[in-house]
Amino acid sequence: MNTVIVDYGAGNIQSVLFALERQGVKALLSHDLEVIEKADKVIFPGVGHAAAAMEKLQASGVDQLLPQLTQPVLGICLGMQLMCNRSEEGNTKGLGIFDVEVKAFEKKLKVPHIGWNTIAQLKGSLFNEIEENAYIYMVHSYYAALSSKTIAVCQYDIPYSAALAKDNFFGTQFHPEKSSTVGNKILENFLAL
Amino acid sequence: MLTKRIIPCLDIKDGRTVKGVNFVSLRDAGDPVELATKYAMTGADELVFLDISATEQGRKTMADLVLQVAAAVDIPFTVGGGISSVADVEILLKNGADKVSINSSAVRRPALIKELSEAFGAQCVVVAIDAKKIDDQWWVHLVGGKQATDLDLFDWAKQAAQLGAGEILFTSMDHDGTKSGFANEALAKMSESVNIPIIASGGAGSMEDFYNSFTFGKADAALAASIFHYGEIGIPALKTFLKDKNIPVRL
Repeated sequence: MNTVIVDYGAGNIQSVLFALERQGVKALLSHDLEVIEKADKVIFPGVGHAAAAMEKLQASGVDQLLPQLTQPVLGICLGMQLMCNRSEEGNTKGLGIFDVEVKAFEKKLKVPHIGWNTIAQLKGSLFNEIEENAYIYMVHSYYAALSSKTIAVCQYDIPYSAALAKDNFFGTQFHPEKSSTVGNKILENFLAL
Repeated sequence: MLTKRIIPCLDIKDGRTVKGVNFVSLRDAGDPVELATKYAMTGADELVFLDISATEQGRKTMADLVLQVAAAVDIPFTVGGGISSVADVEILLKNGADKVSINSSAVRRPALIKELSEAFGAQCVVVAIDAKKIDDQWWVHLVGGKQATDLDLFDWAKQAAQLGAGEILFTSMDHDGTKSGFANEALAKMSESVNIPIIASGGAGSMEDFYNSFTFGKADAALAASIFHYGEIGIPALKTFLKDKNIPVRL
């Protein structure tokens, strides 16, 4: 199996690479459109600022390619947010894969939302053998609202999308590569799709 | 529900774990990768590595160590010590660190907080503050507590948050190494004056101390070193203790 991690200069790429290695999967880092297109599985990570990351995607042409992919694609954290319609972070347009808006947390609670929280209302094969209210690691200041594409719900001030799915596209707001055994299982489930 | 975090801290000198008692005398506490793996497997929520070697060679060793830790552990970790530029942070994040902590360099040049926050996001930037209470006021100290400043702890914490810090790691110099509990009053005051998570540090001696830091101290996370390194408190037992007292923890 050929797993490619999209390398566009905005991410926790090394951690994702190591997490896959711990599963015995040697993934390839690439920003080459042809390599990404031919992959069996594509992982789209991201940490940092949405508008800055979107510019990098546009510069590399990944913004055009990604929505057209037909193999399983997993966006992580900012990666997932960029797969949505828009983000309030830098008021940027997203890739429009998930018809969802990304909004800033209102500062009723501390922001960023950092730490281990629980996920519930789990749907689909990404969460095979994952129990309701399993703990995952979150670190973010913006959130994807609930929608018909929500496959996991997290609660921080309000309920929001901890994960989204549409056809071959998946996204997690949390970091499976940093979420211990639960995260490893979720990555394993993605690789088994 | 968001849980309170338990964070073992590993002080690193030339690639080995050490722990200072009141920041002075050092004792070797073992291989950092081995320790980190043990902590990740026994329920630590995060790890902090503080590089205290402060030499060019030591810093290179740290960057290599970050890569080894990232390969071995599946929980988040923060790296601090000797960081003073965007370039310093770039290599650590590239090697797999999740966050960096900055201390003296941020006091000397507060714009660093903004630069790092803009380059990598606020969630990567932990501002560590060492402070000491003198005549009823908390003063920020530098260089591992050796150098006093004229900065008030709470003013500095507020400024750091405004500049884009994602978290504050507050160490009470008066409590560090004493095992007499965290500086809960100051922690609570800080928690009410800034809207970012606060990590309590300095003074952990008993399980009750952690409980108090989360309740009276209103801390979001609590950090300790020697009591974990020398096995005085086990993380699973600590978390069970906290859960029994209705503190949300990941078990």
